[in-house]
Amino acid sequence: MASPLKCDLCDNPATVHLTQIVNHKVHKVDLCESCAQAKGVTDPSGFSLADLLLKASLNPEPTAPAGLRCEHCGYAPDDFKKSGRFGCPQCYETFTDLLEPMLDNMHKGTAHTGKIPERALQRKQLHDRLHELESELQSAIKAERYEDAAKFRDEIVQVRQEAGLSTAS
Amino acid sequence: MPLDIDKLLSTPAELTDNSTAKCPVVLMTRIRLARNLSTHCFPGRADDGERKEIFNRCREAIMATSSMKRGMSVAVDELAPLQRQVLVERHLISRELSAAKSGAGAAINKDQSVSVMINEEDHLRIQVLRNGFQLKRTWTAINALDTALESSLDYAFSPRLGYVTACPTNLGTGMRASAMMHLPALVIAGQMEKVVRAVNQLGMVVRGLFGEGSDASGSMFQISNQTTLGESEPDIVKRLHNVLQSIVDHELNARAKLLETDPAKLPDKIGRAYGILKHGHVISSSEAMNLLSLVRLGVDLGYLPDEYRTVVDRLFIEAQPGHILHRADKPKLESDERDRLRADLLRSEFANFPTPGYPTAGNN
Ligand SMILES: [Zn+2]
Ligand SMILES: [Zn+2]
Repeated sequence: MASPLKCDLCDNPATVHLTQIVNHKVHKVDLCESCAQAKGVTDPSGFSLADLLLKASLNPEPTAPAGLRCEHCGYAPDDFKKSGRFGCPQCYETFTDLLEPMLDNMHKGTAHTGKIPERALQRKQLHDRLHELESELQSAIKAERYEDAAKFRDEIVQVRQEAGLSTAS
Repeated sequence: MPLDIDKLLSTPAELTDNSTAKCPVVLMTRIRLARNLSTHCFPGRADDGERKEIFNRCREAIMATSSMKRGMSVAVDELAPLQRQVLVERHLISRELSAAKSGAGAAINKDQSVSVMINEEDHLRIQVLRNGFQLKRTWTAINALDTALESSLDYAFSPRLGYVTACPTNLGTGMRASAMMHLPALVIAGQMEKVVRAVNQLGMVVRGLFGEGSDASGSMFQISNQTTLGESEPDIVKRLHNVLQSIVDHELNARAKLLETDPAKLPDKIGRAYGILKHGHVISSSEAMNLLSLVRLGVDLGYLPDEYRTVVDRLFIEAQPGHILHRADKPKLESDERDRLRADLLRSEFANFPTPGYPTAGNN
Protein backbone atom coordinates (compact mmCIF):
# COMPACT_ATOMS: atom_id res chain seq x y z
CA MET A 1 0.00 0.00 0.00
CA ALA A 2 1.21 3.49 -0.79
CA SER A 3 2.22 5.51 2.23
CA PRO A 4 -0.08 8.47 2.90
CA LEU A 5 0.97 11.79 1.39
CA LYS A 6 2.69 14.21 3.68
CA CYS A 7 1.56 17.78 4.21
CA ASP A 8 3.56 20.27 2.12
CA LEU A 9 3.94 22.64 5.04
CA CYS A 10 4.66 20.25 7.89
CA ASP A 11 5.21 16.51 8.24
CA ASN A 12 1.72 15.41 9.22
CA PRO A 13 -0.30 13.17 6.90
CA ALA A 14 -2.13 15.23 4.28
CA THR A 15 -5.88 14.98 4.10
CA VAL A 16 -6.67 18.01 1.93
CA HIS A 17 -5.54 17.84 -1.69
CA LEU A 18 -5.70 20.72 -4.11
CA THR A 19 -4.82 20.91 -7.75
CA GLN A 20 -4.16 24.13 -9.56
CA ILE A 21 -3.11 24.72 -13.13
CA VAL A 22 -0.99 27.79 -13.86
CA ASN A 23 0.47 28.32 -17.30
CA HIS A 24 -0.57 24.81 -18.34
CA LYS A 25 1.51 23.41 -15.52
CA VAL A 26 -0.20 21.32 -12.90
CA HIS A 27 0.59 22.19 -9.30
CA LYS A 28 -0.49 19.90 -6.53
CA VAL A 29 -0.75 20.94 -2.94
CA ASP A 30 -1.32 18.45 -0.14
CA LEU A 31 -2.13 19.68 3.32
CA CYS A 32 -2.93 18.30 6.72
CA GLU A 33 -6.14 19.30 8.45
CA SER A 34 -4.55 21.94 10.66
CA CYS A 35 -2.43 23.57 7.96
CA ALA A 36 -5.50 23.67 5.71
CA GLN A 37 -7.33 25.41 8.54
CA ALA A 38 -4.44 27.78 9.20
CA LYS A 39 -4.12 28.66 5.51
CA GLY A 40 -7.83 29.42 5.35
CA VAL A 41 -8.67 26.67 2.89
CA THR A 42 -11.93 26.27 4.77
CA ASP A 43 -12.55 30.00 4.69
CA PRO A 44 -13.54 31.06 1.19
CA SER A 45 -12.64 34.70 1.75
CA GLY A 46 -9.14 34.25 3.08
CA PHE A 47 -7.62 31.47 1.09
CA SER A 48 -4.85 32.01 -1.39
CA LEU A 49 -3.66 28.99 -3.28
CA ALA A 50 -1.04 31.21 -4.88
CA ASP A 51 0.47 31.47 -1.45
CA LEU A 52 0.81 27.73 -1.17
CA LEU A 53 2.20 27.50 -4.67
CA LEU A 54 4.88 29.90 -3.60
CA LYS A 55 6.00 27.44 -0.94
CA ALA A 56 5.83 24.59 -3.39
CA SER A 57 7.91 26.45 -5.97
CA LEU A 58 10.64 27.07 -3.41
CA ASN A 59 11.62 23.42 -3.78
CA PRO A 60 14.24 22.59 -4.80
CA GLU A 61 15.90 25.23 -2.69
CA PRO A 62 17.06 28.13 -4.80
CA THR A 63 20.67 28.99 -4.30
CA ALA A 64 21.51 32.34 -2.80
CA PRO A 65 24.97 33.52 -1.79
CA ALA A 66 25.54 32.87 1.90
CA GLY A 67 25.37 35.92 4.08
CA LEU A 68 23.37 37.94 1.55
CA ARG A 69 21.22 40.51 3.29
CA CYS A 70 18.98 43.35 2.13
CA GLU A 71 20.72 46.61 2.93
CA HIS A 72 17.53 48.44 3.65
CA CYS A 73 15.59 46.00 5.83
CA GLY A 74 18.16 43.38 6.82
CA TYR A 75 16.21 40.47 5.37
CA ALA A 76 18.13 37.30 4.55
CA PRO A 77 17.00 34.55 2.14
CA ASP A 78 15.93 32.44 5.11
CA ASP A 79 13.49 35.12 6.23
CA PHE A 80 11.89 35.00 2.81
CA LYS A 81 11.71 31.23 2.76
CA LYS A 82 10.09 31.16 6.16
CA SER A 83 7.43 33.78 5.50
CA GLY A 84 7.05 33.77 1.74
CA ARG A 85 7.22 37.58 1.98
CA PHE A 86 9.96 40.07 1.30
CA GLY A 87 10.88 42.71 3.87
CA CYS A 88 10.89 45.84 1.75
CA PRO A 89 10.74 46.97 -1.90
CA GLN A 90 14.53 46.94 -2.15
CA CYS A 91 14.58 43.20 -1.37
CA TYR A 92 13.43 42.65 -4.95
CA GLU A 93 16.75 43.96 -6.19
CA THR A 94 18.81 42.24 -3.51
CA PHE A 95 17.23 38.83 -4.02
CA THR A 96 16.61 38.93 -7.72
CA ASP A 97 18.40 35.59 -8.24
CA LEU A 98 16.07 33.99 -5.73
CA LEU A 99 13.00 35.50 -7.34
CA GLU A 100 13.58 34.93 -11.04
CA PRO A 101 13.13 31.14 -11.16
CA MET A 102 9.86 31.45 -9.24
CA LEU A 103 8.17 34.03 -11.42
CA ASP A 104 7.69 31.73 -14.36
CA ASN A 105 5.86 29.17 -12.24
CA MET A 106 3.80 31.73 -10.49
CA HIS A 107 2.65 34.11 -13.20
CA LYS A 108 1.52 34.36 -16.75
CA GLY A 109 4.61 36.32 -17.75
CA THR A 110 7.74 37.73 -16.18
CA ALA A 111 7.33 41.38 -17.17
CA HIS A 112 4.74 43.94 -16.20
CA THR A 113 2.49 45.14 -19.01
CA GLY A 114 -0.13 46.93 -16.97
CA LYS A 115 -0.74 50.28 -15.33
CA ILE A 116 2.12 52.65 -14.56
CA PRO A 117 1.99 55.20 -11.72
CA GLU A 118 2.80 58.14 -14.03
CA ARG A 119 2.77 60.91 -11.49
CA ALA A 120 4.85 59.06 -8.93
CA LEU A 121 7.42 58.19 -11.58
CA GLN A 122 7.48 61.75 -12.84
CA ARG A 123 8.11 62.97 -9.31
CA LYS A 124 10.91 60.46 -8.92
CA GLN A 125 12.52 61.56 -12.18
CA LEU A 126 12.37 65.20 -11.13
CA HIS A 127 13.91 64.41 -7.76
CA ASP A 128 16.68 62.39 -9.35
CA ARG A 129 17.36 65.21 -11.81
CA LEU A 130 17.43 67.68 -8.94
CA HIS A 131 20.06 65.69 -7.08
CA GLU A 132 22.10 65.47 -10.23
CA LEU A 133 21.93 69.22 -10.82
CA GLU A 134 22.79 70.02 -7.23
CA SER A 135 25.97 67.99 -7.34
CA GLU A 136 26.89 69.50 -10.72
CA LEU A 137 26.35 72.92 -9.22
CA GLN A 138 28.65 72.10 -6.32
CA SER A 139 31.43 70.88 -8.58
CA ALA A 140 31.01 73.89 -10.89
CA ILE A 141 31.40 76.24 -7.93
CA LYS A 142 34.43 74.30 -6.70
CA ALA A 143 36.04 74.54 -10.12
CA GLU A 144 35.13 78.23 -10.31
CA ARG A 145 33.12 77.67 -13.50
CA TYR A 146 30.71 80.44 -12.60
CA GLU A 147 28.93 80.59 -15.92
CA ASP A 148 28.04 76.87 -15.65
CA ALA A 149 27.04 77.34 -12.02
CA ALA A 150 24.57 80.05 -13.00
CA LYS A 151 23.11 77.77 -15.64
CA PHE A 152 22.67 74.91 -13.14
CA ARG A 153 21.12 77.29 -10.63
CA ASP A 154 18.52 78.40 -13.18
CA GLU A 155 17.75 74.84 -14.11
CA ILE A 156 17.37 73.89 -10.44
CA VAL A 157 14.79 76.64 -9.97
CA GLN A 158 12.91 75.32 -12.99
CA VAL A 159 12.96 71.67 -11.88
CA ARG A 160 11.91 72.63 -8.35
CA GLN A 161 8.94 74.47 -9.80
CA GLU A 162 7.99 71.48 -11.94
CA ALA A 163 8.23 69.18 -8.93
CA GLY A 164 6.01 71.52 -6.93
CA LEU A 165 8.75 72.30 -4.43
CA SER A 166 9.40 75.74 -3.03
CA THR A 167 12.01 77.57 -5.07
CA ALA A 168 13.54 79.40 -2.10
CA SER A 169 16.63 77.53 -0.94
CA MET B 1 -13.42 60.25 13.24
CA PRO B 2 -13.86 57.07 15.32
CA LEU B 3 -15.88 54.32 13.77
CA ASP B 4 -19.52 54.27 14.79
CA ILE B 5 -20.65 50.72 14.03
CA ASP B 6 -24.33 51.40 14.66
CA LYS B 7 -24.25 54.25 12.21
CA LEU B 8 -22.41 52.12 9.69
CA LEU B 9 -24.98 49.34 10.00
CA SER B 10 -27.93 51.68 9.64
CA THR B 11 -26.56 53.53 6.60
CA PRO B 12 -27.69 52.23 3.20
CA ALA B 13 -24.84 50.18 1.77
CA GLU B 14 -23.87 48.93 -1.66
CA LEU B 15 -24.18 45.28 -0.70
CA THR B 16 -27.31 45.36 1.41
CA ASP B 17 -29.53 48.03 -0.09
CA ASN B 18 -29.08 47.99 -3.85
CA SER B 19 -30.99 45.58 -5.94
CA THR B 20 -29.44 44.33 -9.13
CA ALA B 21 -31.69 41.97 -10.97
CA LYS B 22 -29.85 42.08 -14.29
CA CYS B 23 -27.61 39.15 -13.55
CA PRO B 24 -28.75 37.55 -10.30
CA VAL B 25 -26.17 34.75 -10.47
CA VAL B 26 -23.36 37.18 -9.61
CA LEU B 27 -23.93 38.64 -6.16
CA MET B 28 -20.99 40.91 -5.94
CA THR B 29 -17.98 42.08 -7.90
CA ARG B 30 -14.83 43.08 -6.11
CA ILE B 31 -11.41 44.33 -7.13
CA ARG B 32 -8.48 44.97 -4.86
CA LEU B 33 -5.12 46.51 -5.57
CA ALA B 34 -2.01 45.94 -3.47
CA ARG B 35 0.21 49.02 -3.20
CA ASN B 36 3.27 49.96 -1.17
CA LEU B 37 5.23 53.08 -0.39
CA SER B 38 8.68 53.01 -1.94
CA THR B 39 10.44 54.32 1.14
CA HIS B 40 9.28 51.93 3.85
CA CYS B 41 9.60 48.32 4.92
CA PHE B 42 6.55 46.16 4.21
CA PRO B 43 4.14 45.94 7.17
CA GLY B 44 5.37 42.47 8.14
CA ARG B 45 8.88 43.84 8.60
CA ALA B 46 8.23 47.39 9.83
CA ASP B 47 8.43 48.05 13.56
CA ASP B 48 5.68 49.78 15.52
CA GLY B 49 7.02 53.27 14.93
CA GLU B 50 7.35 52.80 11.19
CA ARG B 51 3.91 51.19 10.99
CA LYS B 52 2.36 54.20 12.74
CA GLU B 53 4.15 56.55 10.37
CA ILE B 54 2.88 54.58 7.36
CA PHE B 55 -0.61 54.53 8.82
CA ASN B 56 -0.76 58.27 9.36
CA ARG B 57 0.62 59.10 5.94
CA CYS B 58 -1.65 56.73 4.08
CA ARG B 59 -4.71 57.67 6.09
CA GLU B 60 -4.21 61.34 5.31
CA ALA B 61 -3.82 60.67 1.60
CA ILE B 62 -6.84 58.37 1.45
CA MET B 63 -9.18 60.65 3.38
CA ALA B 64 -8.29 63.51 1.02
CA THR B 65 -9.64 61.68 -2.04
CA SER B 66 -13.12 62.39 -3.34
CA SER B 67 -14.06 58.71 -2.87
CA MET B 68 -13.79 59.18 0.87
CA LYS B 69 -16.01 62.20 1.22
CA ARG B 70 -18.10 61.62 4.35
CA GLY B 71 -16.29 58.35 4.89
CA MET B 72 -14.56 57.24 8.06
CA SER B 73 -11.27 55.78 9.05
CA VAL B 74 -10.41 53.57 11.94
CA ALA B 75 -7.41 52.03 13.63
CA VAL B 76 -7.91 48.33 14.29
CA ASP B 77 -6.67 48.52 17.86
CA GLU B 78 -9.46 50.98 18.67
CA LEU B 79 -12.06 48.37 17.76
CA ALA B 80 -13.57 45.73 20.00
CA PRO B 81 -13.25 42.16 18.66
CA LEU B 82 -16.95 42.05 17.83
CA GLN B 83 -16.75 45.28 15.84
CA ARG B 84 -13.88 43.82 13.83
CA GLN B 85 -15.91 40.72 13.15
CA VAL B 86 -18.83 42.80 11.86
CA LEU B 87 -16.48 44.58 9.44
CA VAL B 88 -15.06 41.25 8.24
CA GLU B 89 -18.56 39.89 7.66
CA ARG B 90 -19.37 42.96 5.57
CA HIS B 91 -16.22 42.36 3.45
CA LEU B 92 -14.80 45.71 4.58
CA ILE B 93 -11.67 44.38 6.23
CA SER B 94 -9.89 41.05 5.96
CA ARG B 95 -9.47 38.50 8.72
CA GLU B 96 -5.75 39.18 8.54
CA LEU B 97 -6.21 42.90 9.17
CA SER B 98 -8.64 42.26 12.01
CA ALA B 99 -5.87 40.32 13.77
CA ALA B 100 -3.17 42.88 13.02
CA LYS B 101 -1.01 44.58 15.58
CA SER B 102 -0.71 48.32 16.06
CA GLY B 103 -0.66 50.74 13.16
CA ALA B 104 -3.24 48.86 11.12
CA GLY B 105 -6.56 50.23 10.05
CA ALA B 106 -8.96 51.00 7.27
CA ALA B 107 -10.77 53.84 5.58
CA ILE B 108 -14.34 53.10 4.54
CA ASN B 109 -16.53 55.30 2.38
CA LYS B 110 -20.11 56.23 3.12
CA ASP B 111 -21.91 53.49 1.19
CA GLN B 112 -19.25 50.87 2.07
CA SER B 113 -18.35 50.24 -1.55
CA VAL B 114 -14.78 51.43 -1.01
CA SER B 115 -12.47 50.25 1.70
CA VAL B 116 -8.74 50.86 1.89
CA MET B 117 -6.86 48.73 4.36
CA ILE B 118 -3.60 50.11 5.73
CA ASN B 119 -0.75 47.88 6.91
CA GLU B 120 -2.35 44.61 6.04
CA GLU B 121 0.13 42.44 4.12
CA ASP B 122 0.93 45.48 1.98
CA HIS B 123 0.89 49.14 3.00
CA LEU B 124 -2.31 49.61 1.05
CA ARG B 125 -4.99 47.20 0.01
CA ILE B 126 -7.46 49.25 -1.99
CA GLN B 127 -10.82 47.59 -2.48
CA VAL B 128 -13.90 48.55 -4.44
CA LEU B 129 -16.95 46.33 -4.45
CA ARG B 130 -20.20 46.53 -6.34
CA ASN B 131 -23.42 44.67 -6.12
CA GLY B 132 -24.01 42.32 -9.07
CA PHE B 133 -21.92 41.67 -12.17
CA GLN B 134 -20.07 44.94 -12.78
CA LEU B 135 -16.41 44.15 -13.35
CA LYS B 136 -15.69 46.95 -15.80
CA ARG B 137 -17.38 49.63 -13.69
CA THR B 138 -15.56 48.37 -10.64
CA TRP B 139 -12.24 48.60 -12.48
CA THR B 140 -12.99 52.15 -13.62
CA ALA B 141 -13.77 53.20 -10.05
CA ILE B 142 -10.74 51.61 -8.44
CA ASN B 143 -8.43 52.81 -11.19
CA ALA B 144 -9.51 56.40 -10.54
CA LEU B 145 -9.04 56.04 -6.78
CA ASP B 146 -5.61 54.50 -7.29
CA THR B 147 -4.57 57.33 -9.58
CA ALA B 148 -5.77 59.88 -7.05
CA LEU B 149 -3.74 58.22 -4.29
CA GLU B 150 -0.67 58.04 -6.47
CA SER B 151 -0.69 61.80 -6.86
CA SER B 152 0.31 62.15 -3.22
CA LEU B 153 1.95 58.83 -2.34
CA ASP B 154 5.16 57.48 -3.86
CA TYR B 155 4.36 53.92 -4.77
CA ALA B 156 7.02 51.23 -4.93
CA PHE B 157 7.13 50.41 -8.62
CA SER B 158 9.57 48.64 -10.89
CA PRO B 159 9.30 49.11 -14.65
CA ARG B 160 9.82 45.39 -15.15
CA LEU B 161 8.05 43.87 -12.13
CA GLY B 162 5.28 46.44 -11.87
CA TYR B 163 3.82 47.30 -8.48
CA VAL B 164 6.12 45.83 -5.87
CA THR B 165 4.29 43.81 -3.21
CA ALA B 166 5.27 41.99 -0.04
CA CYS B 167 4.43 38.63 -1.60
CA PRO B 168 5.73 37.93 -5.10
CA THR B 169 2.43 36.29 -6.00
CA ASN B 170 0.91 39.79 -6.19
CA LEU B 171 3.64 41.42 -8.29
CA GLY B 172 2.80 43.29 -11.47
CA THR B 173 -0.70 44.70 -11.37
CA GLY B 174 -1.17 43.85 -7.69
CA MET B 175 -4.74 43.24 -8.76
CA ARG B 176 -7.13 40.59 -7.62
CA ALA B 177 -10.48 40.84 -9.39
CA SER B 178 -13.23 38.57 -8.20
CA ALA B 179 -16.90 37.85 -8.25
CA MET B 180 -19.07 36.13 -5.68
CA MET B 181 -21.29 33.73 -7.56
CA HIS B 182 -24.43 31.94 -6.45
CA LEU B 183 -24.45 28.53 -8.13
CA PRO B 184 -27.10 26.36 -6.45
CA ALA B 185 -28.13 24.42 -9.55
CA LEU B 186 -24.55 23.46 -10.41
CA VAL B 187 -24.15 22.26 -6.82
CA ILE B 188 -27.41 20.30 -6.82
CA ALA B 189 -26.55 18.77 -10.19
CA GLY B 190 -23.10 17.76 -8.91
CA GLN B 191 -21.26 19.72 -11.59
CA MET B 192 -19.13 22.01 -9.44
CA GLU B 193 -16.03 19.86 -9.60
CA LYS B 194 -16.13 20.00 -13.38
CA VAL B 195 -16.55 23.76 -13.29
CA VAL B 196 -13.65 24.18 -10.88
CA ARG B 197 -11.39 22.17 -13.12
CA ALA B 198 -12.38 24.14 -16.21
CA VAL B 199 -11.95 27.47 -14.44
CA ASN B 200 -8.49 26.41 -13.19
CA GLN B 201 -7.48 25.55 -16.74
CA LEU B 202 -8.29 29.13 -17.67
CA GLY B 203 -5.99 30.49 -14.99
CA MET B 204 -8.70 31.50 -12.54
CA VAL B 205 -9.24 30.33 -8.99
CA VAL B 206 -12.45 29.12 -7.38
CA ARG B 207 -12.86 29.50 -3.65
CA GLY B 208 -15.70 28.00 -1.75
CA LEU B 209 -16.67 24.82 -0.05
CA PHE B 210 -17.60 21.96 -2.26
CA GLY B 211 -17.41 18.57 -0.67
CA GLU B 212 -19.43 15.60 -1.83
CA GLY B 213 -23.09 16.19 -1.14
CA SER B 214 -22.42 18.72 1.57
CA ASP B 215 -22.95 22.36 0.91
CA ALA B 216 -22.17 24.41 3.96
CA SER B 217 -21.87 27.81 2.34
CA GLY B 218 -25.07 28.49 0.48
CA SER B 219 -23.59 27.55 -2.90
CA MET B 220 -21.49 30.70 -2.90
CA PHE B 221 -18.22 30.65 -4.81
CA GLN B 222 -15.65 33.32 -5.30
CA ILE B 223 -13.89 33.27 -8.66
CA SER B 224 -10.78 35.39 -9.17
CA ASN B 225 -7.69 35.78 -11.29
CA GLN B 226 -4.73 33.70 -10.23
CA THR B 227 -1.82 35.60 -11.76
CA THR B 228 -0.96 39.28 -11.63
CA LEU B 229 2.21 39.66 -13.68
CA GLY B 230 2.42 39.57 -17.47
CA GLU B 231 -1.09 40.71 -18.29
CA SER B 232 -2.62 44.19 -18.18
CA GLU B 233 -5.50 45.05 -15.87
CA PRO B 234 -8.07 45.47 -18.66
CA ASP B 235 -7.00 42.11 -20.12
CA ILE B 236 -7.40 40.38 -16.77
CA VAL B 237 -10.79 42.00 -16.33
CA LYS B 238 -11.88 40.97 -19.80
CA ARG B 239 -10.73 37.39 -19.38
CA LEU B 240 -12.38 37.07 -15.98
CA HIS B 241 -15.55 38.60 -17.39
CA ASN B 242 -15.69 35.93 -20.09
CA VAL B 243 -15.10 33.12 -17.60
CA LEU B 244 -17.81 34.47 -15.31
CA GLN B 245 -20.25 34.86 -18.18
CA SER B 246 -19.76 31.27 -19.19
CA ILE B 247 -20.31 30.07 -15.60
CA VAL B 248 -23.50 32.13 -15.47
CA ASP B 249 -24.67 30.38 -18.64
CA HIS B 250 -23.86 26.97 -17.17
CA GLU B 251 -25.75 27.78 -13.98
CA LEU B 252 -28.81 28.94 -15.90
CA ASN B 253 -28.69 25.83 -18.08
CA ALA B 254 -28.41 23.62 -15.02
CA ARG B 255 -31.48 25.30 -13.55
CA ALA B 256 -33.49 24.79 -16.72
CA LYS B 257 -32.42 21.18 -16.90
CA LEU B 258 -33.34 20.47 -13.28
CA LEU B 259 -36.79 21.95 -13.82
CA GLU B 260 -37.24 19.89 -16.93
CA THR B 261 -36.06 16.50 -15.70
CA ASP B 262 -37.47 16.68 -12.19
CA PRO B 263 -40.07 19.47 -12.10
CA ALA B 264 -40.94 19.03 -8.41
CA LYS B 265 -37.39 18.96 -7.07
CA LEU B 266 -36.54 22.66 -7.01
CA PRO B 267 -39.99 23.91 -5.93
CA ASP B 268 -39.91 21.32 -3.13
CA LYS B 269 -36.46 22.37 -1.90
CA ILE B 270 -37.33 26.05 -2.14
CA GLY B 271 -40.70 25.62 -0.45
CA ARG B 272 -39.17 23.73 2.44
CA ALA B 273 -36.43 26.33 2.87
CA TYR B 274 -39.06 29.06 2.91
CA GLY B 275 -41.04 27.16 5.53
CA ILE B 276 -38.08 26.76 7.88
CA LEU B 277 -37.02 30.38 7.53
CA LYS B 278 -40.58 31.54 8.22
CA HIS B 279 -41.27 29.18 11.10
CA GLY B 280 -38.00 27.80 12.43
CA HIS B 281 -36.79 28.58 15.95
CA VAL B 282 -33.20 27.32 15.94
CA ILE B 283 -31.08 27.97 12.85
CA SER B 284 -27.32 27.69 12.64
CA SER B 285 -25.22 29.99 10.54
CA SER B 286 -24.51 27.45 7.81
CA GLU B 287 -28.12 26.25 7.73
CA ALA B 288 -29.24 29.85 7.28
CA MET B 289 -26.85 30.24 4.35
CA ASN B 290 -28.24 27.16 2.65
CA LEU B 291 -31.88 28.08 3.25
CA LEU B 292 -31.39 31.67 2.08
CA SER B 293 -29.58 30.36 -0.96
CA LEU B 294 -32.62 28.30 -1.93
CA VAL B 295 -35.02 31.19 -1.37
CA ARG B 296 -32.78 33.37 -3.52
CA LEU B 297 -33.05 30.73 -6.22
CA GLY B 298 -36.81 30.92 -5.74
CA VAL B 299 -36.69 34.66 -6.46
CA ASP B 300 -34.60 34.03 -9.59
CA LEU B 301 -37.15 31.46 -10.79
CA GLY B 302 -40.00 33.93 -10.31
CA TYR B 303 -41.62 32.24 -7.30
CA LEU B 304 -41.16 35.46 -5.32
CA PRO B 305 -41.05 39.09 -6.53
CA ASP B 306 -37.64 40.41 -7.59
CA GLU B 307 -37.29 42.94 -4.78
CA TYR B 308 -36.96 40.13 -2.22
CA ARG B 309 -33.58 39.22 -3.66
CA THR B 310 -32.20 42.36 -2.02
CA VAL B 311 -33.70 41.32 1.32
CA VAL B 312 -32.14 37.86 1.01
CA ASP B 313 -28.75 39.36 0.13
CA ARG B 314 -28.93 41.60 3.19
CA LEU B 315 -29.83 38.60 5.37
CA PHE B 316 -26.81 36.67 4.07
CA ILE B 317 -24.76 39.33 5.84
CA GLU B 318 -26.98 39.98 8.85
CA ALA B 319 -27.40 36.29 9.74
CA GLN B 320 -23.67 35.85 10.30
CA PRO B 321 -22.49 35.33 13.89
CA GLY B 322 -20.91 38.76 14.44
CA HIS B 323 -23.98 40.58 13.21
CA ILE B 324 -26.26 38.44 15.41
CA LEU B 325 -24.14 39.17 18.49
CA HIS B 326 -23.99 42.85 17.69
CA ARG B 327 -27.76 42.98 17.29
CA ALA B 328 -28.19 41.28 20.66
CA ASP B 329 -25.68 43.73 22.11
CA LYS B 330 -23.71 40.83 23.63
CA PRO B 331 -20.01 40.24 23.09
CA LYS B 332 -20.52 36.51 23.47
CA LEU B 333 -23.37 34.03 23.48
CA GLU B 334 -23.67 30.25 23.64
CA SER B 335 -24.13 28.95 20.14
CA ASP B 336 -27.61 27.56 20.78
CA GLU B 337 -28.78 30.95 21.99
CA ARG B 338 -27.22 32.57 18.95
CA ASP B 339 -29.06 30.08 16.74
CA ARG B 340 -32.33 31.03 18.45
CA LEU B 341 -31.69 34.74 17.93
CA ARG B 342 -30.82 34.08 14.30
CA ALA B 343 -34.09 32.21 13.81
CA ASP B 344 -35.96 35.10 15.51
CA LEU B 345 -34.43 37.56 13.06
CA LEU B 346 -35.23 35.37 10.07
CA ARG B 347 -38.81 34.70 11.25
CA SER B 348 -39.50 38.38 11.66
CA GLU B 349 -38.07 39.19 8.23
CA PHE B 350 -39.93 36.34 6.54
CA ALA B 351 -43.20 37.37 8.16
CA ASN B 352 -43.18 40.13 5.54
CA PHE B 353 -42.52 37.81 2.60
CA PRO B 354 -45.41 36.84 0.33
CA THR B 355 -46.19 33.15 -0.16
CA PRO B 356 -44.22 31.81 -3.12
CA GLY B 357 -46.23 31.30 -6.27
CA TYR B 358 -45.09 28.19 -8.11
CA PRO B 359 -45.75 28.25 -11.82
CA THR B 360 -47.54 25.23 -13.21
CA ALA B 361 -45.62 22.75 -15.35
CA GLY B 362 -44.40 24.00 -18.69
CA ASN B 363 -44.59 27.59 -17.56
CA ASN B 364 -40.99 28.61 -17.01
ZN1 LIG C 1 0.55 20.48 7.86
ZN1 LIG D 1 14.60 44.57 2.11
